[in-house]
Amino acid sequence: MNTVSTSPYLAGLLQGQPPASPLTWLNELRANAVDRVGALTVPTTRDEDWRFTDISPLTKLSFQPAQGAAQLAPAAIEQWAIPEAAARLVFVDGIYAPGHSFNRAGLTVENLASGVSRHGAAVQAHLGRYADFERNVFTAVNTAFLHDGALILVPRDTALAAPVHLLFIATRKHAASYPRCLIVAESGSAVTVVEDYVALQSEAYFTSAVTELALTGNAEVHHVRVQREGAEAFHFANCAVSLAQASRYHSVSIALGGRISRHNLAALLAAEGAECRLDGLALIGGQQLADSHTLIDHASPRGSSRQLHKCIVDGAARAVFNGNIMVRPGAQRTDSSQSSRNLLLSARARVDTKPQLEIFADDVKCAHGATVGQLDVDEVFYLKSRGLSDTAARNLLTYAFGAEVIERIPVASLRNRLEQTVMERTHAAAPGAEGKP
Amino acid sequence: MIYQDSKTLLSVRDLHASVSGTRILKGMNLTVKSGEVHAIMGPNGSGKSTFAKVLAGHPSYEVSGGEIEFEGRNLLELAAEARARAGVFLGFQYPIEIPGVANSQFLRLAYNTVQAGRGEDELDPLEFDDFVREKMKLLEMNPDFLDRSVNEGFSGGEKKRNEILQMALLEPRLAILDETDSGLDIDALRIVAGGVNQLANKDNAIVLVTHYQRLLNYIVPDYVHVMDAGRIVKTGGKELALELEERGYDWVGAEAKANARVNA
Repeated sequence: MNTVSTSPYLAGLLQGQPPASPLTWLNELRANAVDRVGALTVPTTRDEDWRFTDISPLTKLSFQPAQGAAQLAPAAIEQWAIPEAAARLVFVDGIYAPGHSFNRAGLTVENLASGVSRHGAAVQAHLGRYADFERNVFTAVNTAFLHDGALILVPRDTALAAPVHLLFIATRKHAASYPRCLIVAESGSAVTVVEDYVALQSEAYFTSAVTELALTGNAEVHHVRVQREGAEAFHFANCAVSLAQASRYHSVSIALGGRISRHNLAALLAAEGAECRLDGLALIGGQQLADSHTLIDHASPRGSSRQLHKCIVDGAARAVFNGNIMVRPGAQRTDSSQSSRNLLLSARARVDTKPQLEIFADDVKCAHGATVGQLDVDEVFYLKSRGLSDTAARNLLTYAFGAEVIERIPVASLRNRLEQTVMERTHAAAPGAEGKP
Repeated sequence: MIYQDSKTLLSVRDLHASVSGTRILKGMNLTVKSGEVHAIMGPNGSGKSTFAKVLAGHPSYEVSGGEIEFEGRNLLELAAEARARAGVFLGFQYPIEIPGVANSQFLRLAYNTVQAGRGEDELDPLEFDDFVREKMKLLEMNPDFLDRSVNEGFSGGEKKRNEILQMALLEPRLAILDETDSGLDIDALRIVAGGVNQLANKDNAIVLVTHYQRLLNYIVPDYVHVMDAGRIVKTGGKELALELEERGYDWVGAEAKANARVNA
């Protein structure tokens, strides 16, 4: 299990792996991932997939998994609490914190390390099946460390109205964490999951997360992802979703934090009539870089997908969006639309957006578009003609630009909190605001 | 209505303006007194909407000559927001949609900003809610429109009602309503016009910019002006609108050109 990687940096990252599991298949999965890491290298801007995202600052620092859980007072967590939640799992620097976790959901919401033995067959059927680590080094590293994270199993025809909150808290400088989440929604079930990354410190640390979701026939999953990591964090996340017949997956991803963040989201519409909606918002400033790569893979007929991705970029920050929509041969009657809209608030801010359509079927409806710009002069004038100052008008429009995505979060308390955050951020972007909304 | 003791609110003298280098207004003159209702009519491209936007201070229009005085102040020195606070209101021909901002939030922000500018009390959300609901009755608007995003998904008529609702909240001294009748069915037109009529009083004034006479059946103007090629070429009473309806605009332009030749 200790194959030495060709890349000294990756070899260093592989130090401190968890002890062998009693489950043979899990050990094999990890060993395969370790092998894979050995064959891969840290991506550079010479790799097409990382052209705009220079992660070299990461390689100048070394990170190790935290040993032993940091103790947090309940009050320290309160600020992120979601009162509506039916269940919550808290991880501190990647280590499960049972004292802060609860489950009133009446179904399996537990940490993966214990769930994997209790629900061995169910987990084995899905874990590692969707998040491919052949070519993705961060997924491979996460899989090499596969040990703990969240397990949610929603039984057939069970609808859980209240959300499940997965809270990942970073407290330690130079800590590496490898959270792994598996969410399985059996046929006809429904669940809302909030995957939430937060920090109690602003030094550099490293999160490499992998989340896999399997939706069986007619299941419905709302997946909210909030990345509000610390200012110096490196956050790499890979999320893979598999949609069976007539299942529905709605995701809202919000990226606010981190020095460099990368979110890969791949949704496979594997069977007929599946629907997915991927919405995203990156709101960044300073020296931040937020990269979002999505793939919507229409592999079956009559699938539908909707995507709205927005970036608000201030300071010298940089946002990247690469949205690939693949319509495979035979995926007739696919109905897909994608929109990438970007707002630049400063002269040094930058967005690289690349919508990509690859269509191999002839009876499809696909629309996509991308805009990059500043606030519209007529919109600003409309607000000013109602008495709002130039600053207040611009702030309100910037806020509104982001709120259109946040509005789609189906958890009221989280939605309100994030709207508040965006309001504060957008005012901060142009100081001296008067007439706060 | 024309009052004996009225004050001059707006005085526009020899106004010239252009957009993207194209001259649109070429010597516009207009005086509006308190209590009056003016209609500015004219063919497409005559400069009606440009005049409305220049009055409200749209940044894309460049004023190259002339004066605009509003209640004794030089309006051209004021930014758009200062004009709004001073009591100038533009009802938009195409109201802007702002997804992500609740209409109630926008209306309260506008109201409080203008109130603060006048040194008057602002309202908190609860107080404002009562206040705005009362005003909405004037326009037979469903209170559901408070919770929706500003103008998003509103029909043409709903957008125009929302404009007049803003006028009702902001209580301007001078309201310029740009093509408020366009896109309205007959019921919506009656409601919107009824709202405007109730807001008109002896201290304020209304300038209706319209292509058609139809609106003037509901809001009766004291003066009807006809614009052609960037200035007012004919002024009359409300009967002029009927004549325009019957004969079109061509004769007014021809008459203006003939007069210009005589004067030259």
